[in-house]
Amino acid sequence: MQEGFPLVPRPFQEIGEKLGISEEEAIARISWMQEVGSIRQIGPIIDTRQLGYKGILAAIAVPSDRLDAVGARINSFREVSHNYLRPGPSGYNMWFTLSAPEERAAVILEEISSLGLPLIVLSTRHLFKIGVKFDFL
Amino acid sequence: MDDLDRRLLKACENGIPLQPRPYKLVGEELGISEDEVIARLRALIDSGVLRRFSASIGHLALGIVANAMIAWRAPEDGLDRLGRALARFPSVTHCYSRETANGWPYNLYTMVHSRSKEDCLQMAEEMARRVGIDDYQVLFSEREFKKTNARI
Repeated sequence: MQEGFPLVPRPFQEIGEKLGISEEEAIARISWMQEVGSIRQIGPIIDTRQLGYKGILAAIAVPSDRLDAVGARINSFREVSHNYLRPGPSGYNMWFTLSAPEERAAVILEEISSLGLPLIVLSTRHLFKIGVKFDFL
Repeated sequence: MDDLDRRLLKACENGIPLQPRPYKLVGEELGISEDEVIARLRALIDSGVLRRFSASIGHLALGIVANAMIAWRAPEDGLDRLGRALARFPSVTHCYSRETANGWPYNLYTMVHSRSKEDCLQMAEEMARRVGIDDYQVLFSEREFKKTNARI
């Protein structure tokens, strides 16, 4: 399911057949995995570069008492896909990724910049690798 | 990709329903048939707009407790060679070159995941030694504020 979920009318039945379980059991097990967080979701993995979107990693230096508020503000943009607290000696501690058409990305960064905190914007130049599989699963 | 494709991707962006006929349910939302949903998703994969249609794994639940972003400072004229070299390590899941910023000279980025911080640090040391970069920072994620799939 990490490499590809069946695009057929009864996908859970197909998965069940591969594992020797019923469609009902496949759904029950996957629902359970989603509930506990082993699986986040089943859905499309969009290659936003194909749409001409700009990929950006940005970091902002947030005082510890403003982490929640600034985190919520940054997360409020649907174009922000990841946001982590990654403290380091530089002081830039909130790291987020953003993928959007260039003009939209500029608007979002302008709004985040208006928070008045130090911000660095690191646009993607080249993608060497993107993987998903975890061999030890 | 047309407007209906966009609406279809938005309808699926938080995950399809875990029901026997998920594509039928998605189609009902958009007023199209199950067959058309499936055909459009397949076409989006064929055209490269989708890398794939798949389950996204929640790392925390699987005991991959440490996730480190390693930022490397590579000489500009060796950037491509070093990017490719770092990407070849099996433990690296993502590898990008990026623009630098004022006061932040790092131009290559790799993600590694492991069960412990010590593991990640060891991986970073090993990678640094083998590719020959001595200026790098290992940034561990200490809190997840957001993690979703990219959206249109």
